[in-house]
Amino acid sequence: MTDLKEKQVTTSAVTTPKRRISPFVYVIAGALVILALTYTLPPFRNYQLATVGAYFTVTAGLTVLTGLNGQLSLGHGALMATGAYTFALTQNKWLHTPVSFVAAILVTTLAGVVIGLAAARLRGPYLAGLTLAVAVVVPSVTSTFDEVFNSDMGLSVALDPPPGVIPMERWQAWLCWTGALVTALLLATLVRGRFGRDLRAVRDDETAARLAGVNVARTQVLAFVVSAACAGLSGALFAVLAQSVSPGAFPLTLSLFLVMAIVIGGLGRLAGALLGAILLVALPALAQSAAESSGSQHLEGNLALVIFGVVLVVVMLAAPGGIASIRFDFWRKR
Amino acid sequence: MKRTTAVFLTVLLFAGACDSGSGGGSGSSGSVPGVTDSEVVVGTHMPLTGPAAAGYSKIAPATKAYFDFVNANGGINGRKITYKVKDDGYNPATTQQVVRELVLQDKVFAILNGLGTPTHTGVLDFLKTNKVPDLFVASGSRNWNQVDKYPGTFGFNPDYTVEGKILGTYVKQNLAGKKTCFLGQDDDFGKDSLAGVEKTLGPVADKQTYVTSNPNVGPQIGAFKAAGCEVVVLATIPGFTALSLGTAAKIGYKPQFVVSNVGADPATVSKALGQAAPLLEGVVSANYLPLTTDDSSPWIQLYKKVNAQYNNNAEFDNNVVYGMSVAYLFVQSLQNAGKDLTRDGIVAAVEKNGFQGPGLVPLRFSDKDHAGYGGTQLTKIQSGKAVFFGTAFTTDDADAPVQPYTAQAVTPPQNGIPAA
Repeated sequence: MTDLKEKQVTTSAVTTPKRRISPFVYVIAGALVILALTYTLPPFRNYQLATVGAYFTVTAGLTVLTGLNGQLSLGHGALMATGAYTFALTQNKWLHTPVSFVAAILVTTLAGVVIGLAAARLRGPYLAGLTLAVAVVVPSVTSTFDEVFNSDMGLSVALDPPPGVIPMERWQAWLCWTGALVTALLLATLVRGRFGRDLRAVRDDETAARLAGVNVARTQVLAFVVSAACAGLSGALFAVLAQSVSPGAFPLTLSLFLVMAIVIGGLGRLAGALLGAILLVALPALAQSAAESSGSQHLEGNLALVIFGVVLVVVMLAAPGGIASIRFDFWRKR
Repeated sequence: MKRTTAVFLTVLLFAGACDSGSGGGSGSSGSVPGVTDSEVVVGTHMPLTGPAAAGYSKIAPATKAYFDFVNANGGINGRKITYKVKDDGYNPATTQQVVRELVLQDKVFAILNGLGTPTHTGVLDFLKTNKVPDLFVASGSRNWNQVDKYPGTFGFNPDYTVEGKILGTYVKQNLAGKKTCFLGQDDDFGKDSLAGVEKTLGPVADKQTYVTSNPNVGPQIGAFKAAGCEVVVLATIPGFTALSLGTAAKIGYKPQFVVSNVGADPATVSKALGQAAPLLEGVVSANYLPLTTDDSSPWIQLYKKVNAQYNNNAEFDNNVVYGMSVAYLFVQSLQNAGKDLTRDGIVAAVEKNGFQGPGLVPLRFSDKDHAGYGGTQLTKIQSGKAVFFGTAFTTDDADAPVQPYTAQAVTPPQNGIPAA
């Protein structure tokens, strides 16, 4: 009798489908945590928190593109620049922040359509080359049309002051994390549905996906468009953070760091994108502290690159799926 | 719910990790950030790494060396000067971050000599909002001289228009009738310099620009050669001065180069040119501080002593002289602000001016003018060394004439530290 009971329990545990928690729960919980943090952290930490939010907005989009759809982009820094410049130009002209955010997303989405259409026909190094070209073109555009973009000097952003007596850094953290959480909610909803299945199917085997009725080209272009929109929003958030936009703020190394961050964090997972965004802020700070304590300040900029490289190698050796996979595998084993 | 918990933990861990460092401020106990009875903390952003680090990365260590010298001699009003230097890699986004760290976390009293026009422009509003004195910016942009908009910001270098007017006057008087062309950085540096050159010389025959992200000036120099330019005025940073000279030599083009002081330090440019360093011979430039090669200058003697004792005997070039001159001016400002040091107090002390230092021309500071040095003297490179010739000149960035300045240079105090 006891055996039978145990058997029933075991069978039930195996066959009952696992209840999935709605992305809303994560987002609401995340919003509460962020809100609490903005009231407890000192101003500079609030600024860093805001920076993590702005980075998460782009890493989340990039991990969907690269992790779930298998398209490598080395040009997301340039897409961020597109969003940032659009935000700056519209904000300086109309002083209407919500409109500027929408404009930044729309213009970058349009750029994403153009690049995505070309990218859908390319693979591997050819695709990397195309996106690399995008990263190189942006500084040239700013110097060619310098009356609009003010060349290397860039543009100052006439930001509306925060409402009431809210400190600027707390306000920036709220704005950045609103963007980040909305992005997370939309992406989580998208990748859980048919779009997510199509993305994975195309990534795993294009021919099989096509035979199964998936429109491969459309899926690839859509993935690029969604990812570009996230990059555009992230660029606008960085314009809010820095209150200025210049080509030097979006160098090729930024695009490379973004790719490294999502790989280290855990490719294809939003949790990995979050970890990657945290690393993008924490590792340079760690490098700075290390350089200062070693007394060799000339190392600072270079040390961040070295640390990122070392972390990448270590994580790839220890957990090829990235840091997020450690947690995932640990729970799965339990 | 485990995943939710994990996300929470991640964020909280980050917050905890961050918070552990939040107490590491300046240790200021009074009401003025960065100031205690025994210490005053100032900070700066500099390109210690990256494309603009060549030469410029030597400025902050030199400034710090002079402060160490002052500290070893008792400090100012009983306070030791702590100088926090943050590397921004000449990247405006990094400048934003490091300046916020200096102000919000390290609680510096002032930002001193933040370097670069595009980098520093982005933090003007932040510094103004936080009422942080923004002293002696390392650039000649006229942005620093907006008294109504940025009352706490002051320049140091002669602005690029002032220098351009003086370089243009030289060309007009000494190279009359020669076809003159202009290559400038595609930002305020190039634009303001060209405005100054054309104010005194009239329109140049051809003007070209470059961007720092593209280290190739072949098309620009080729265009000058094709246009038959006999004089080329350069508003370039050191790396691009070297590129311009090297490119001209490669295509067999030998104009007279007249170069802004920003990109004319012989030691830095020679290093970039390598074996082609003799190309610098005959280049005309400008300077407003003592020359490194003038061993008879008491300022150079003082700076060399400090350099040997507190700067690991670093290679003694214009950047070292620049860094120590900035430090000397800041010490004078501290002295003038008095024992009860406040942010408003130091701004008022700088506006009061009356500084006596190593500069060959006076500083322009007043309550209506926050520009730095008001002129410059011309140099020519002979046997690999820059040599002054003629007198110094002063002017402004508007329509004031370029006038000779002949006042006697001052000598440093006996102990090398300015008194109140």
